[in-house]
Amino acid sequence: MANIPDELMYSEEHEWVAGDIAPGSEVAVGITEYAAAALGDIVYVEAPEVGDDVVAGEVCGELESTKAVSEFFAPVSGVVTAVNDAVIDAPETLNTEAYGNGWIFKIKVKTPNKALLNSEQYAAITE
Amino acid sequence: MSALDVDALHASPLASRHAALGATMTDFAGWSMPVRYSSDIGEHRAVRSAAGLFDVSHMGEIWLRGRGAGAALDAALVSWISRVAVGRAKYTMICAPDGGVIDDLIVYRTDDETFLVVANAGNAAVVSAELTARCAGDVCEVDDRSDGTSLIAVQGPASRGIVDAMTGGLPPALKYYAATQATVADAVPALVGRTGYTGEDGYEFFVATDDAGRLWDAALAAGAGDGLVPCGLAARDTLRLEAGMPLYGHELGLGYTPFAAGLGRVVQFGTSDDPRGDFVGRGALESAARDAVMWDAEPRLAPPEARVLVGLSGEGKRAARAGYRILDGFGAEAGEVTSGAPSPTLERPIAMAYVHPRFSALGTRVVADVRGRGEQMRVTALPFYQRPVAATPGA
Repeated sequence: MANIPDELMYSEEHEWVAGDIAPGSEVAVGITEYAAAALGDIVYVEAPEVGDDVVAGEVCGELESTKAVSEFFAPVSGVVTAVNDAVIDAPETLNTEAYGNGWIFKIKVKTPNKALLNSEQYAAITE
Repeated sequence: MSALDVDALHASPLASRHAALGATMTDFAGWSMPVRYSSDIGEHRAVRSAAGLFDVSHMGEIWLRGRGAGAALDAALVSWISRVAVGRAKYTMICAPDGGVIDDLIVYRTDDETFLVVANAGNAAVVSAELTARCAGDVCEVDDRSDGTSLIAVQGPASRGIVDAMTGGLPPALKYYAATQATVADAVPALVGRTGYTGEDGYEFFVATDDAGRLWDAALAAGAGDGLVPCGLAARDTLRLEAGMPLYGHELGLGYTPFAAGLGRVVQFGTSDDPRGDFVGRGALESAARDAVMWDAEPRLAPPEARVLVGLSGEGKRAARAGYRILDGFGAEAGEVTSGAPSPTLERPIAMAYVHPRFSALGTRVVADVRGRGEQMRVTALPFYQRPVAATPGA
């Protein structure tokens, strides 16, 4: 079973969000262990750039494995404040450490967002 | 992602072993098969550097037996099968009357009057029915044993030592595309072919389904010290793609002739000094062979719908996948990708694509439409990867 930490929030598109999603605060986002396992060995990550506006539910990046491609949907709306170059340079990090060091980018939250899933709700959609 | 209706899928006889190894399963041609055990790139690299173990029990096995079996296959398939020596194997195809490919096959000749035809899982029933119909007038029995037969492959530079340990030693002179009877672990009778789908030296074991588990266990035990790892279909796909080998439904199908696929060499017409008789698709394939020569010499004279298979190598990071459009430098349609992935060995995107003959010259630059954004690619010789010659002493 894939690990689903209690302290994170989740989107239905298998992204995780760490931090407060109130407007003005900063969150880190990534993909879940479940999503990384489904993709297989990830070899390429395309993230938005610092300063880009991202909109919740819209595509803002992509992840590529040998077998498949998956789009990355912004889990919240806001401005990109940082991109994790370590993950861009070593995409396989997402397979070994989807959470924590596997954050892909950070967003300064702009508008209030629709509810994300808690770990229990997310676990239900991965069953 | 959606939950698979596993009950509707054929299960491999090795399903419980795959589950114990933690495999991720996938639906492939109506079968539930392992897509990967842990890391598909790790599995791919193990096959290139040491050895991999593959469950390919989904493949179809159809036996032809009888005095007329060789002649029947000569008339049914595009290759001159009666000329295949006993103990050897041949890569060939079964074509429709219009030259389209019904399936690509490996045919093993196990004695004068006995042939084993190995078909793709998704085509096994069609191939079996076609062979039965095409061989109706011959002294020949067609016996589809797909359900009772399992196929397990050991592939990679270390495979020979592992297979010798499993069998007590194969004949030292067993050549590439040859086969022999063997007994695995002193108990399991198997037909062993020096064949495979990875671009490495390797061996494939045909065994009774009831023996599949014992053969699998014997292979894992024999290979434990040599870096043998179980490999899923994801690694199998990137391995065959690097080796430039076609996959039915991608590079091959009813809409393409063997010549369009760059595999015209499997079609044997005979010569005026050594004529071969008629076979299904002959007339259409003679015409396809002439077109291929003409399009190669004068690509601009090929009709707009003409297509030939090429290898493409990407300069960026994003891989062109099956179904993506290939465009020329002006954005006009040039063809379509049939298979594509980031190559684990070459560490760049590679693809096979059908393009108009005027884009087929080596070095031609084209653009792949990768989800709305163009990626530069260049026509590259197939295969993308060739194993070091020293790895195939008997080939």
